Amino acid sequence: MTAPMTQPQAGMGSGFPTLLRKELMRFWKVGFQTVAAPVLTALLYLLVFAHVLEGRVNVYGSVPYTSFLIPGLMMMSMLQNAFANPSSSLIQSRISGNLVFVLLPPLSHRQIFSAYLLAAIARGLCVGACVWLVALFFIALPPANPLWVLAFAVLSCGIMGALGIIAGLWSEKFDQMAAFQNFLILPATFLSGVFYSIHSLPPFWQAVSHWNPIFYTIDGFRYGFFSVSDVSPWRSLAVVTGVFAVLCLCTLRLLASGYKLRN
Amino acid sequence: MSQAFLLIMPALTLTNISKTYAPPAGGLKKWLSASSRKSRGFQALKDVSLTVEHGEFFGLLGPNGAGKTTLISILAGLARATSGTASVCGHDVVADYKQSRRSLGVVPQELVYDPFFTVRETLRLQSGYFGLRNNDDWIDEILANLGLADKADANMRALSGGMKRRVLVAQALVHRPPVIILDEPTAGVDVDLRRTLWEFISRLNKEGHTILLTTHYLEEAEALCGRIAMLKSGRVVALDTTQALLARVGGTDLEDAFVRIMHSDDALEMLA
Repeated sequence: MTAPMTQPQAGMGSGFPTLLRKELMRFWKVGFQTVAAPVLTALLYLLVFAHVLEGRVNVYGSVPYTSFLIPGLMMMSMLQNAFANPSSSLIQSRISGNLVFVLLPPLSHRQIFSAYLLAAIARGLCVGACVWLVALFFIALPPANPLWVLAFAVLSCGIMGALGIIAGLWSEKFDQMAAFQNFLILPATFLSGVFYSIHSLPPFWQAVSHWNPIFYTIDGFRYGFFSVSDVSPWRSLAVVTGVFAVLCLCTLRLLASGYKLRN
Repeated sequence: MSQAFLLIMPALTLTNISKTYAPPAGGLKKWLSASSRKSRGFQALKDVSLTVEHGEFFGLLGPNGAGKTTLISILAGLARATSGTASVCGHDVVADYKQSRRSLGVVPQELVYDPFFTVRETLRLQSGYFGLRNNDDWIDEILANLGLADKADANMRALSGGMKRRVLVAQALVHRPPVIILDEPTAGVDVDLRRTLWEFISRLNKEGHTILLTTHYLEEAEALCGRIAMLKSGRVVALDTTQALLARVGGTDLEDAFVRIMHSDDALEMLA
């Protein structure tokens, strides 16, 4: 017998790039479901709402309703897909048992968090960009302030990516995940000003909207396109950044504690 | 920790390991149920201490629910011990988890796989998780040795149960770990795979890898393992070389000895 091996081989690097690549491959391999389907859904919303409401609803003065609607639909699609990426990956891996392949290697909780979060942001941005490209067939919508657009897109997808990780860690069954998605994420994204300006709401609901952080993601994102918004973009940026930071800390803490992962 | 010190540390060390799983009821149910408030949970391991030296082929035996998988999970970082310490090649599984996990390859008991990827993609990903790039030469060698070469580009979903089991073994070996844990690797697999698998694992052991095996096929354990520990209700009730165990307990073979130990009220006294 040769001499026993007593230590692992040298030269092992970080597992983070591979986990990130795997999470990107995971959604890219089923692009019809993860990118094309949400783009089609957004397109259907655009066709129906633009047809029914164009010329009947006055938003931001001179901005046509179809133009107003497109950034809202982009952001709604980005938010929902950024949430779906880590949440579906984690719940599927947990239920099928293959999450063990991520837990056995020497990946730190920060590396796991970063990989799932960046993949969520990538999917959100990919879907958002595709919705924008498809919308070009209806109306040209160049962003007035591209940096604002990018900042709100990344931060908003980050918020939903972190929430998706939390939901994926918490859910032990598909119906728990469906409840998280249908009773929290869907209403929060629909009732955040995607289809309307909150100035059109009664005062009570305007006040309620100000407590919904998703409202700030959409309002700030829209500012990037029109230089007009319901609230100051700086206030939106502060709220969105603050919520993102808090969710990142909570998610990191859950991962570090091994919550529902490492018994 | 100095390199010289690590060289003399055992491959696996468990010191006074206990593990109690929390009661299943949580959240609102926990507060509403008086009985679950009183429950202290399920104690899967009770003060387990043992060491496995480098180069050993070590058997961990016990009936279902004895705590074998819990013990492996603690070594692999999949579960945290309630008390006690565990280390792999001298690296504490909590404080120095990166090095301990690099030192360990685990073949899980359940037949799990990721349906999104082919066999080669699965192995490349697993290599990458350990920070290994351009590992295809070793991956090809593992595929050939496990009879998977012609399945390299097949999707995991398309493989039979036996083939999926082989991929699990391959995944545990991609980073050439010094210590390999096989948790019931031959459960439900055909004779051909068993033979191929044991030939390959025995060769790895001869090349210097430490092997820890759990199995319910005791003839395999008797043929392969130099030393054996038996767990019963979370406690180590026997720990010795295979030959010494057979000699002390009596019986015709390991299966006979196993049954005698498990049915004894005081196994430790029996082995004294």
